[in-house]
Parts: sequence; C-alpha cells; structure tokens
Amino acid sequence: MQATFRIRRFNPESESLASYDQDYVLETEPSDTVLDGLIKIREAIDESLTLRCSCRGSICGSCGMRINGQATLACKTKVISMISDGGTLHIEPMKNMPVIKDLVTDMEGFWEKIRKVQPWLQPKGPEPKAEYVASLESMDHLTGVMGCIMCGVCVSDCTVLEVDRNFLGPAALAKAYRFVADPRDGHAKTRLFALNTPGGMWGCTRCMECVEVCPKGVGAMDRIMALRAKGMEQHVPSTCGSRHAEVFADIIRQKGVLDEPMLAVRTFGLGNIPQLLSFIPTMIQAFKRGKVPKIWIFHRAIPGIRSIQRLYKKVRELN
Amino acid sequence: MKYAFFPGCVSKGGCPELYQSIMQVYPKLGIELEEMMTASCTGAGVLQEKDQKLGDVLNARTFALAEQRGLPIMTICSTCQGVMSQANLRLKSDPKYLAEVNHILAEERLTYRGTTNIRHFVWILLEDVGEQAIQQAVTRPLTGLRAAPFYGCYLQRPTEALGFDEQPSRAQSLETVIRLLGAEVVDFPGKSQCCGLPILTINERNSLMMVANHTSDAKNHGADVMVTPCPLCHLNLDGMQSKAANQQSTTINLPVLHLPQLLGLAMGLDSKSLGLHRNLVSPGSVLEKVGVEF
Ligand code: SF4
Ligand code: SF4
Ligand code: SF4
Ligand code: SF4
Ligand code: FES
Repeated sequence: MQATFRIRRFNPESESLASYDQDYVLETEPSDTVLDGLIKIREAIDESLTLRCSCRGSICGSCGMRINGQATLACKTKVISMISDGGTLHIEPMKNMPVIKDLVTDMEGFWEKIRKVQPWLQPKGPEPKAEYVASLESMDHLTGVMGCIMCGVCVSDCTVLEVDRNFLGPAALAKAYRFVADPRDGHAKTRLFALNTPGGMWGCTRCMECVEVCPKGVGAMDRIMALRAKGMEQHVPSTCGSRHAEVFADIIRQKGVLDEPMLAVRTFGLGNIPQLLSFIPTMIQAFKRGKVPKIWIFHRAIPGIRSIQRLYKKVRELN
Repeated sequence: MKYAFFPGCVSKGGCPELYQSIMQVYPKLGIELEEMMTASCTGAGVLQEKDQKLGDVLNARTFALAEQRGLPIMTICSTCQGVMSQANLRLKSDPKYLAEVNHILAEERLTYRGTTNIRHFVWILLEDVGEQAIQQAVTRPLTGLRAAPFYGCYLQRPTEALGFDEQPSRAQSLETVIRLLGAEVVDFPGKSQCCGLPILTINERNSLMMVANHTSDAKNHGADVMVTPCPLCHLNLDGMQSKAANQQSTTINLPVLHLPQLLGLAMGLDSKSLGLHRNLVSPGSVLEKVGVEF
C-alpha cells in the first residue's frame, strides 16, 4: 500500500529556526506500524530524519508523537488503521513540550513534574519484621495506573497544559494517585494537601483527552477525580473546586436539578466577593438580554424530588 | 420517531434560548417528544467527583423511567449525553453492579433492565431523521455562511461509551449537519477540545484563555459563526467571550449559535422565535449574511 508521510520537521541548527512539513512517499506492508514506516524513511530515503524509539512493542514509552492530530505511540499505530491506499499521514512531535529536533521532544519538564509528586513509597511507623503487606484487592486496583510507561502522550494533548505550564498534568497526577491509594504509604494526607494547591488536582477540566489517548489504559483523569474524592474525604482545606462539587451535590439533593446562581454564590463563598463581583457585568448583560427566566431566581424543585432525596439517603447509608 | 426528552438544567436555566429553539425546530423534523419532568440532573460529572455511584443511581432512575415508557432518550446537551452514556456503559457492562443499583432503586418501585438508548439530538438528526428529511426541511439554505463546529468534550470522548465504533458518523456529525444546511464547514484544531467551563470558578484565567484561543482561532480560520450542540460550552464561549477577549487585550466578537438555532435559521424561522436576541455576542452579522431580520 502506498502512503505519504507528511512529517513536521525542525532543525535547531538551521538558520531560520522555522519548522516545516516534508512529504515522503513509501510502500508499506499491511503489518507496518507508523514507526516501521518512519524507520524505513530514515534508512532508505533520508537519514537526517530524527526520532526516538527503542522497544517497538509499546513498552519503553519513547516513540510518542502526534499522528493525524492525536498523540499516540508510533509503534502501536498501524498505518492501515489510519489511512487507505494513497492516503496521507500527518506526523508531528508531541505538544506541550519543547521540540529538540524533528519528532524528538524534551521530556525534562515531564520528569520534573513526576519528581514533584514524590513517586516513591513513604511508609509510616516502625518497619515490619518481614515485608510490607498489601491486600491483593488494593494492588489489583493499582495495576491499571501502574501500567503507565511514562510516554508523555497524555501530557502532549492535555487541554490545561496548553494554557498553563504550571499544571502538574495527567501523568504526574495519576502517579500521585498511585501512592495516595497504596495502603503501604503513610502520607496520603500530606500528599493530598500538597495536591490541593494551584496547578494541582483541581486544575483539570475533565476534558478526557488523557483518557482517550493513553496507550496503556491508565485513565489519568479518572485518577484525578479519585484524588478529588479522597481529598474531600480527608477534609483538605476547601477550594473553589471542592466547594463546587460539594455544593453541586447538595443542590441536586434539594432541587433535583441545577440552580446555577446558587452554585456560583456558594462556590465562591462569601470569602471571595471580589471574584463574584467580577462576574456581575456578565450577569447583568445576561439579564438584560432576557437570557435568564424570572422563575430562575427561585428555581423550584422538580416533581420527582422526594424520590431523589430517598435515593441520596440510601446511597449514603450504604457507603 | 418518539423520544423521552431530557432537556437538561442549562436549557431551562442559563440558556433558555436553547430550549426555545429546539421547541420550534423538532416538530418540523417529524420528531415527537415527551418531556421527562421528573428526571434529575445527570450530575454533570461534578456530582460524580464526589460520589460516582450516587450519580449512577440517579441516572439509572432516569433510564428506568424512559424504559417504562418504552422510549429512547433524546438529549440536547453534550455533557448530559456524555455523562449518561458513561453511566449506561458502566451499568450495562457489569451485571453485578446493575443488580446493586437496582437494589437501591427497588424502594422507588423501579428497575433498570439496561435497554434504554440515549442519544444526542445531533445524532438523531443523522441516524433517525435522515439526510433527505433534513434537506427537505431546509427552506433557506445558509449558502455562503462559514460555520465552525464546536463539539464539547463529552460528545467526542470517551469514544467507547459514545458508540463511535458502531456509528462512526458520530465523530463528524456536526460537520455533516452544517453541510446539509447549505453552510460551509470551517475546520479548526480546537473543535473537539475543551471550552474550559469546568474550571471557570477554579482557575478563571486558564478557562478564559481557552475561550479566547478557540473563538479567535475559529475566526482566524475564516468562521462567521461557531455552532455548538452543548449549552455548557455556549455559556463559556458566548457568555464569557467578551471577558476572555479583554483578558487577552483583543476583540473577538464571534457569534456562537446553539445547533437548533442554526437549524431553525435554515428552516426559515425568524430570529425572535429562535431566541437569537438572547445570545450575548450579537448574532447580527450572521443574520445579515443569511438575510434574516434581527
Ligand atoms: S523498556 Fe524494555 S523492551 Fe523497551 S527498550 Fe527498554 S529494555 Fe527494551
Ligand atoms: S482530563 Fe484533565 S488532565 Fe486529562 S487532558 Fe483533560 S485537563 Fe488534562
Ligand atoms: S498515563 Fe498513559 S499516556 Fe500518560 S504517560 Fe502514562 S502511559 Fe503515557
Ligand atoms: S449535565 Fe448539565 S445540563 Fe445536563 S442536566 Fe446536569 S447540569 Fe443540566
Ligand atoms: S518504541 Fe517503545 S513504546 Fe513505541
């Protein structure tokens, strides 16, 4: 099958320092991965093409790149799964990190954030005579997140990192969860308090990009949500994030449906009047446009509310 | 084509123009709706942060109510759709979990057998109404209008829960509808990214930066208008657009329409009955382009 590889190239030693697209046309076998194609190009057409790879079997995590607009492992992506005969593959380096050359990115920022969450076990109390014991169940629960191969694919496509380099990002937060949820670790609370700061667990928009692109099914966002739940359980100091979730749950219990102004007021809290005030011009404009129905101010409960409240009670009793 | 209609809180709260416009549009497409008055909020993924099981119980209740009526559910909000799709997948793929949830629902004299199909209006347009019927309903093709789609995360991910494998056309549903209405699609990288609303109260700067990036990006790609099937995206992309532009010291002014509003324009409806005066970024330029009085 014929395929065109349109590769985003960048040479730090060029004069213009501009990146550009270069097309390579090649014959591929049905079994070829994108990585196989790239290696063919490097070996037969253009030895200056620079990329990073090692295991060719989705283990080492070095071949992360963007293929047709989504980050993935080149060794895990078959050419025929992306294009049909004669089609064009768009191949770019990962986003949200500096490009060193062609498809090779600088992962230093990635590792720095991983180090920031102290990714090692920190048990508390006297050492046991033999090994630390953990239940099979708790370890089973952690296998998913321990499957992370540190490829950076989720970080490449994270929505928040695109606008805020300080955000810890999906891989580091998933790693943090791996230790918070480990029964042998003695510092879950300290860890959660540290994650309860700007750039931490409340910064995620829940966009699911990291879940969708991860080649290992780590589900970073789900781990971030689990961190939030654990944080609320451990009573980390309330932030707009935790108040938002608590108040949301409470409003649904009272009314069955969402009451947005109440959510806003109670989320910001009376301690944050400046931020609340900053929304007022938008609110006034909305009222003027009739965007907000009058009954909205006194949002009524839905007809099924009794049933909702009984279910809340029941689920809480069972927890 | 009858559905149990789940309008979602936002179409009845912050975006009344969405509810208004869908009400104008659906009868013209051969759709029948029965509104679910006693259904609760889906939890929007926020309730789930605190307690996922509680969210699943509330959604299972909604699914059971529709099942009793023998109707599939229609949503008009990407978030409602995504949250319900994910809950439905969890319930349907784990019989033990479903039994547990049903045990809780038993006191309400409800059981969910796992048969309810939940679909967004934009999917129903293509899968049930059909291209031909849509084209027939178009009396005022939006020729020359350049529209940028904006899906909302929950209508794009996770693809497994959203049934993209069985229905691959869902990945491009907005583009298909835009074309059927006679308008031109403006493709831009942000179309399936996040609008930033979930962190508006947590990190306003980041949230507004996403609004500014996506709307100005679409505009730079030549869009006259952005169209979204999600009222929550609309709250941020339309409602916060001027604040976002201020933050970046720029002006954007890209009108953002709800999908039924765009549909309504192509079906010959007037701007008032589609609630277009309620959009915060004035859609005047769009109306002028398609020859409708504001
Ligand atoms: S991770 Fe293992 S398989 Fe991959 S390159 Fe290293 S040693 Fe080889
Ligand atoms: S879900 Fe959160 S962590 Fe994952 S990509 Fe989106 S913003 Fe980033
Ligand atoms: S979570 Fe997945 S995508 Fe992210 S670094 Fe780990 S393996 Fe790669
Ligand atoms: S998810 Fe959003 S729109 Fe849907 S019902 Fe809940 S609050 Fe309303
Ligand atoms: S080459 Fe090792 S993961 Fe792709």
